[in-house]
Amino acid sequence: MIRKPVDVGDPDRLYMVTDGRSEADDTFDLVTLIVSECEPTAGMQSEHVRILELCRHPTALVEIAAELKLPITVVRILLGDLHDMGKVSARHPRAAESVAGLPETTLLQEVLDGLRHL
Amino acid sequence: MDSATSELPLQRTPLADAAETGLKIIVVGGFGVGKTTLVRSVSEIRPLNTEEVMTQAGEGIDETAGVERKTTTTVAFDFGRISLNEQMVLYLFGAPGQERFWFLWDRLFSGTLGAVVLVDTRRMADSWYAIDRLEHHKTPFVVAVNRFDGDESRFTLDEIRQALALGEHVPMIDCDARVRGSVKEVLIALVDHLYTLAMAQERTP
Repeated sequence: MIRKPVDVGDPDRLYMVTDGRSEADDTFDLVTLIVSECEPTAGMQSEHVRILELCRHPTALVEIAAELKLPITVVRILLGDLHDMGKVSARHPRAAESVAGLPETTLLQEVLDGLRHL
Repeated sequence: MDSATSELPLQRTPLADAAETGLKIIVVGGFGVGKTTLVRSVSEIRPLNTEEVMTQAGEGIDETAGVERKTTTTVAFDFGRISLNEQMVLYLFGAPGQERFWFLWDRLFSGTLGAVVLVDTRRMADSWYAIDRLEHHKTPFVVAVNRFDGDESRFTLDEIRQALALGEHVPMIDCDARVRGSVKEVLIALVDHLYTLAMAQERTP
């Protein structure tokens, strides 16, 4: 399946995708994992359809942005809409919760174990 | 063999359904130092590229029009992915580290575990700005010296530490960004460093 990517070079196009909004809150981190809670339905905005298809398996926000060839902020806005409608759920990163602090050693130990087994 | 992008599947490789925790490590360094190569060496997916657009009010006032101008800046970066176990997935971001990138640091890279500063000894000055900014953001980092091409100048790590005015607390490591095992050691060096810092913090009441 080959889709024509959204023309990122055209600001008007981005404006349409987000229904005129250009500011997103930072609810969704780059590595927040998004999971679809339903299948796309007829008449849905094409970007919403694409996200619901991608997120049948957990998919990080940044991967969605890369696949849709859309800027991060635009994807945050789209995800905000889908989340508000209950069509996707979000698994937020543990590490981002501690502001300015270091992650817990238990988490870091798990990361080390994972890296050593690569 | 693992450096050829064409050999990685072009089809998306989804994460495990149990994946629940995303983590970030940033690789910064000057242009052409090998950031994308490093990411590609350990990534389980063909590195992807994405971007963020930043709209800023223009500096000063456009006197001709008499209105404030807005400028849009685009910052692009590469990333790869490593599934650490069924639940945890580590994203590696390669970022150019030029000035405009740091405006977006908080919006994009807050909560990052830490950073790898990738250094080319022929262009060490390219790393100064990144090191300065990481210290400013209080992001823990290690310095990895990319010894590809035999690195004829062969400065020792101590000489490089002096040239970059790095404190003794910053770990340094030699690497070859093309070699998976070598990049793995760089990542382990960073997380080991983080572990030591976190341990010290947890011991402090």
